[in-house]
Amino acid sequence: MKTSKVEGKNSKHKVLIYAISTCAWCKMTKKYLKDNNIAYEYVDVDLTNDEDHEKIRDDIIRKGGEPSYPTIIIDEKTLITGFRKDKINEALII
Amino acid sequence: MTTLEKVRQRAESDAKTYGYYLNPDPDFLQDLLEGLRKNEERYGYPSCPCRLATGNLELDRDIICPCDYRDPDVAEYGTCYCALYMRKDLYEGKTPITPIPERRPPEKQARVYTTTTNATPTQMPEITEAKTPLAQTASTVEKKLWYCKQCGYVIFREDPPYICPICKAKKEMFAEIKTSIMMQG
Repeated sequence: MKTSKVEGKNSKHKVLIYAISTCAWCKMTKKYLKDNNIAYEYVDVDLTNDEDHEKIRDDIIRKGGEPSYPTIIIDEKTLITGFRKDKINEALII
Repeated sequence: MTTLEKVRQRAESDAKTYGYYLNPDPDFLQDLLEGLRKNEERYGYPSCPCRLATGNLELDRDIICPCDYRDPDVAEYGTCYCALYMRKDLYEGKTPITPIPERRPPEKQARVYTTTTNATPTQMPEITEAKTPLAQTASTVEKKLWYCKQCGYVIFREDPPYICPICKAKKEMFAEIKTSIMMQG
């Protein structure tokens, strides 16, 4: 699956966002990480193909989440559903 | 083509009708309206910008903005899933605007992942193969006639709405209308 990379000074954690290109909460999440200099990757799920849809959904469910967006996955294990600033701050120590 | 201004006017008018307010953050609001415009352009109807749509009207009917879940979400959390529509206290900043849980039933969400979206037909070559499941899924949506026992509103679709758009009665107030044709002579 192809992800888009956003550079940031803080690349201590591997941050992946599953997003929807038209979603305002998703945009806010991307902006928040960028503003805090966190390096991250993202996938706009609505712009991917069926095969990737399935993979993303399986990945979210496997990590204990529900397929709603944005879903933020930190270091391939911590999953945050929605733009929950408190949880993102805690996980990334912002 | 639907313009952003038209999308804005529609949302403003709908908010006024229902006594709601639109998100007070101009950038956030602009993003949502632009999302609605884009979805109308790519799907033919303004499906929720914060949810994954299939591009199949029958499967996306409940998430066409204003979605079926807006009224119960505003009643319970003060805002809809996208935070486009909200109550006055949130609009005025007396209550913080935070993301809310998804109310759409998981089985409806799951259908998105077994269906091809029309939105990206040429992005990846392999998805041109996947048109068949869409047609199959569409034909399995069985539409029924439902009427609101409180006000008499009638709707023809798969499920009754979450809330009656006319009198605000709950889903449980809807009953199916069963019709039969008698042939004589």
